[in-house]
Amino acid sequence: MPELSTAVERLSLVIEIGGMPVRVHTTDPGFLTMLQDRYAGFVSSSERAEIEFDVDLTPPRGADPDADVRVTHQKGRWSLERGDFRAEWEPASRTGWIRQTANPYSIDAVLRIVHTLVLARQGGFLMHSASAIRNGKAFLFAGVSEAGKTTISRLAPPDVTLLTDEISYVRKQETGYVAFGTPFTGELAKLGENVSAPLAALYLLAKGAENRIDPIPPGEAARSLLANLLFFAEDEELVQATFHSAFEFVSRVPVARLTFVPDARVWELIG
Amino acid sequence: MNKLYMARNPRVAARSLDGEMMIMSGRDSTLFTLNRTATILWQAADGATPLDEIVEMRICPEFDVEPSQALQDAETLARELATHEILQISEEPIAQPVSQTDSSAGEAR
Repeated sequence: MPELSTAVERLSLVIEIGGMPVRVHTTDPGFLTMLQDRYAGFVSSSERAEIEFDVDLTPPRGADPDADVRVTHQKGRWSLERGDFRAEWEPASRTGWIRQTANPYSIDAVLRIVHTLVLARQGGFLMHSASAIRNGKAFLFAGVSEAGKTTISRLAPPDVTLLTDEISYVRKQETGYVAFGTPFTGELAKLGENVSAPLAALYLLAKGAENRIDPIPPGEAARSLLANLLFFAEDEELVQATFHSAFEFVSRVPVARLTFVPDARVWELIG
Repeated sequence: MNKLYMARNPRVAARSLDGEMMIMSGRDSTLFTLNRTATILWQAADGATPLDEIVEMRICPEFDVEPSQALQDAETLARELATHEILQISEEPIAQPVSQTDSSAGEAR
């Protein structure tokens, strides 16, 4: 009797960002290769995974990746939705699924969102900022588009390790805050190094006529931090947790304004 | 004029930092920074003290303002804060959860 079905090989890889391994399962070898390329440096050989996602690839359609993201929580399950993907994740079982076309951008968005949800409960966050390590200490450079995140990353001297030029990853640990490298890139289109270091300062970027660092009042520091956090969830508990995390951060990490002329001398002030 | 009572909305997060009160809506993540008068109203909004008493005891001594005008301005402000769901207002006393009557709730420093 002929076989009624054919076994489909289940392929997987572990993407480890911020020390959190996420295993992605797919049956499409081409998609797997795409992910291996996209997350080079962040693919882990770890057997352990904190979250497992099954990716269900759908045929190309007129999906809109610029549509608003909706992230909602109901009965222990997170639902993530944008024009180009749908996903669910259940923290209790550490499992979820993603439905998308074969592109690297949709899963990238899912990973960012899931990391923000996990970090929000731990006092950490993702932030619109470049970050880098110098002399064993990490520094964040935050600002809106055009503030200079890519510029300061591009100007970094050789002894600086870039963690990201766009989205920084901050974890709260017992000894303080730690910044991790991320594969989330901006204009530089260069993945950060997959390393981490204790966070020494957050600089709010401003372009100006000279290089200088100025202290800023705590209220402004908190407002600026909150304005630069990535946060997607329509969830009161997490909003409140993130709000309080921002205040704890500014009470423990120096925050200052870094005004800089766009040339390499600005790095004389850092580290 | 009827009495007006105010209570803090338990669904917002609040922190005071160096005398600056910031409130975030849990519903839509909107961040508000309260001015001095709004901060006084927020801190005094225990659900039990009527607005006219708050104005008399807390606002008039701090600002050089005529009491009836102060009350009118404070009521306008309280209604605006209620519109943003920062405060709940009522013409009757408002019962609050125990944690919300703790005036130190959410203080950062």
